[in-house]
Amino acid sequence: MTARIDRPLSPHMQVYRWTLTMALSIVHRATGIALYAGTLLLAWWLIAAASGPAAYGHVQAFTGSIIGRLIVFGYTWALMHHMLSGIRHFVWDLGYGFKANEREALTWGALIGGIVLTILVWIIAYAIGGGR
Amino acid sequence: MSFDESHGAPKGPSMRTPLGRVRNLGAAHSGTSDFWRQRITGVAMTLLMIPVIVIVMMLLGRNQAGAAQILGSLPIAVILLLFIFASAWHMKIGMQVVIEDYIHNEKLKLVSIMLNNFFSFAVALASTYAILKLSSGV
Repeated sequence: MTARIDRPLSPHMQVYRWTLTMALSIVHRATGIALYAGTLLLAWWLIAAASGPAAYGHVQAFTGSIIGRLIVFGYTWALMHHMLSGIRHFVWDLGYGFKANEREALTWGALIGGIVLTILVWIIAYAIGGGR
Repeated sequence: MSFDESHGAPKGPSMRTPLGRVRNLGAAHSGTSDFWRQRITGVAMTLLMIPVIVIVMMLLGRNQAGAAQILGSLPIAVILLLFIFASAWHMKIGMQVVIEDYIHNEKLKLVSIMLNNFFSFAVALASTYAILKLSSGV
């Protein structure tokens, strides 16, 4: 191995004052992990549709239940939030939005936008018959 | 993270060791290719998001026969296949970053990365198979 050099260590995150961008960075990762697990639900749904009425009935029974709806609602929010939060990262990747007020605005936008889009999607879903 | 780690002469004294500079490519041993693919798949899914939501809305409240008919149509199958491909790749890279950040035991890390690949490929392939089956009407 290389000789030991005293390199500067970055302080552990708990010494920092909590900021919105920090919290949302963790939320981005957490929603990503949730979406990762949620693909199982998506795969189950597609396989059931390809398998037949009985298998599809099980999926519909699950997504129609209270717990199923909560999970799908949570999945919708995770997806909308992760997407908007990701768009925020694209803006930063392109070199824009690094001023304090800009990054705060982008982060608030992702947070509020994610909630608004989720509610909007569910209102439309219920309006066109998802409540059946 | 900085691009000038691998390109051009460093400005000022560098913290990189000669060995690190020779090995190049960083901890994942694959340079910035995953970083770039993460962006490509992210942009792809963002563009596909509205069509995918519309497709899911079309399926709400329908029974299996109705759902199978919609999912088997060509444009819808293609949109979903693109979305599945992009999301499987995106989530595979994303989870690998999480694993590399938090799992420091080398063997456990390698096993986790392997399982991550298995999971992502299995989900993608199972979903793809289902859509192809619906499209062929078997």
